Amino acid sequence: MSSEPGKGSEPVKASEAGEPFSTPEHTGASSDPLVGTAPAPVVAPTPAPVVAPTPAPVEGAVRLGASLDIAAVRIAGGGLRDDARAVAVVWRRELIRFFRNRLRILTSLAQPVLFLFVLGTGLASMVSARGGPQGSVLGAGIDFKTFMFPGVVGMTVLFTAIFSAVSIVWDREFGFLREMLVAPVRRGAIVVGKCVGGATVATLQGVLMLALAGLVHVPYSPTLILTLLGEMMLAAFMLTAFGIMLAARISQVESFQVVMQFFVLPMFFLSGALFPLSNLPQWLAVLTKVDPLSYAVDPMRRAVLSQMALSPRTRAVLGQGMSWDGWRLPVGLELGLVALAGVVVLAIAARRFARPE
Amino acid sequence: MSAGTGSAVAPAIEVCDLQKRYGEIEAVRGVSFDVAAGETFGFLGPNGAGKSTTISILCTLAEPTGGTARVSGHDVVAERLEVRRRIGLVFQDVTLDDYLTAEENLRFHADLYGVPKAVLAERLRRVLEMVGLWDRRSGLVRTFSGGMKRRLEIARGLLHSPRVLFLDEPTVGLDPQTRSHIWEYIEQLRRREAVTIFLTTHYMDEAEHCDRIAIIDGGRIVAMGTPETLKEQVGLDRVVLRAPDQDQVTSALRDRFGLDPIISEGAVAIHVANGAEFVPRLFGELGVPVSSVSVARPTLDDVFMTFTGRTIRDAEASTSEVNATRPWMRAMRSR
Ligand SMILES: Nc1ncnc2c1ncn2[C@@H]1O[C@H](COP(=O)(O)OP(=O)(O)O)[C@@H](O)[C@H]1O
Ligand SMILES: [Mg+2]
Repeated sequence: MSSEPGKGSEPVKASEAGEPFSTPEHTGASSDPLVGTAPAPVVAPTPAPVVAPTPAPVEGAVRLGASLDIAAVRIAGGGLRDDARAVAVVWRRELIRFFRNRLRILTSLAQPVLFLFVLGTGLASMVSARGGPQGSVLGAGIDFKTFMFPGVVGMTVLFTAIFSAVSIVWDREFGFLREMLVAPVRRGAIVVGKCVGGATVATLQGVLMLALAGLVHVPYSPTLILTLLGEMMLAAFMLTAFGIMLAARISQVESFQVVMQFFVLPMFFLSGALFPLSNLPQWLAVLTKVDPLSYAVDPMRRAVLSQMALSPRTRAVLGQGMSWDGWRLPVGLELGLVALAGVVVLAIAARRFARPE
Repeated sequence: MSAGTGSAVAPAIEVCDLQKRYGEIEAVRGVSFDVAAGETFGFLGPNGAGKSTTISILCTLAEPTGGTARVSGHDVVAERLEVRRRIGLVFQDVTLDDYLTAEENLRFHADLYGVPKAVLAERLRRVLEMVGLWDRRSGLVRTFSGGMKRRLEIARGLLHSPRVLFLDEPTVGLDPQTRSHIWEYIEQLRRREAVTIFLTTHYMDEAEHCDRIAIIDGGRIVAMGTPETLKEQVGLDRVVLRAPDQDQVTSALRDRFGLDPIISEGAVAIHVANGAEFVPRLFGELGVPVSSVSVARPTLDDVFMTFTGRTIRDAEASTSEVNATRPWMRAMRSR
């Protein structure tokens, strides 16, 4: 075997499509008969194209000759390009799995629909009954379901994101995680791929929910839809990252219940998805402020309410979203916090996976 | 990187005093061996001997707690990515995505390993044809049998043309026919791909396929060499006689040949240096009716017995008891 070249001595010149896929280490390896029988030197000393210059798909012998060159595949590892490709492939797998499981798409829709139309309708009658027709808490012009809608969209994103993220535990149980972890790519790239994939899936599921907007008097205005879409994506990213961070510590599928009971459900109930965050007792107010989901639901609710014609009084009650010590947080700050939380949590998750046993 | 320089033929795998402990459990207690490029090397040992742990370390999935190992000239701790680029792996348990098709599983792998698009189609076809799954490439892996999954994993392990292929118990849990198929693929592989193969097994007969084997028990290598030399080290052939009157045969063997016969499974067994030459003498001098005689060269079973003092089946039985009392182990292991 010829001397093994260092990373630095990779023949960058021998790149045709910008991707050098052969290294002298392989071509020089006389111990490898495959390369020995290869029809042509794989790396020319001059910047010649590496691939046989006949890109046309030819069947038979010619292709066989080409296939022998495969031993000269330049295998990935370390570069930014490799990382990007790893992110893409893991992302694609998430999408394939999502679209293949139509039943899951439907069942994931069932819960938020129940919340919105059953719980929402039930609560609406109570909320408006309390103050009588004149002094209704909500006042005229808004249905409680409309108020709940952004919360329920957030809920859809939350559950789908966590479910996608925690599928890492299943990947581990069924071994596929090892197939990913032993690949010559940085583990961070796998984690980012999983996160982007889960976030995409969660956003898609959220979009399905968003499609029901009309049923709860939310107008299909392009600005509103786009705003909500962006906010959903951000929330989905943060939540998936959060799920992956938890999944890194879970070794058994059974522990998924723990995640649901102790992290996901509290996150959901404390986020203000179902009730306004105003006039809460101190202990509850504090808890809602530590819940990162609150900072994602509030901007979505603001976007929806801004589209509705509301009396000043109603707006005062419902619009009282996230505030710190009486200071109403601007939307930009809220979204910035969500993004920040997402990045921090993702970094922790990546670190947890980077460690070998 | 540096190791390969200078030496004419660097070993594909170099392991020096490798150790791994999991808390109290010493899974690997200082093993050392080299595997030459192009060689097929087998780890033979009962369950719990430390085979998978050794593979995990060599594949950079676990960190050794002592010793060093290099694969294809690269240190498995310091140069993980370099090692990973050069190896293919078939794990002991299935690591396919059930919800993807066979081809999607392979494409996922190819993308992850950066197999260039230009050669992928051909390569895909070649590995799938080799394991006889080309026609089933669009089938969901969920619908595959255990043997098909194993074959698909072997195809996947080869897809990126690794220098060293690790096969952890490639035939465990498969029926005899599928097992022999898998071995055909492995033989084919050795001829066509000239890849170095490191495999583990606890089937004696399978170890015979290897150029060299190491017998591992309790985290230690107890013997190493070609199957032939190991069997020669055991030395004695086994001669089994069946006779109408066993006691008569036994005493005749004792008196006239000075041997120490063992009666087992309804037959009389003796161990002699050269069975084939012993049989004519037996016929000439025994003087007692015998209904059948068979001569067996020592098997790897005998080798295992000689070096560990128990049969591999006994060893299995004792570890499976241990493992049965520890159901959490599976969960731990897959971490
Ligand atoms: N992750 C782990 N945690 C604790 N003990 C382990 C772990 N992996 C393996 N072991 C123990 O190490 C020993 C060797 O296991 P292993 O390498 O899987 O054996 P083999 O592959 O030869 O059957 C066994 O006793 C096993 O229980
Ligand atoms: Mg094992």
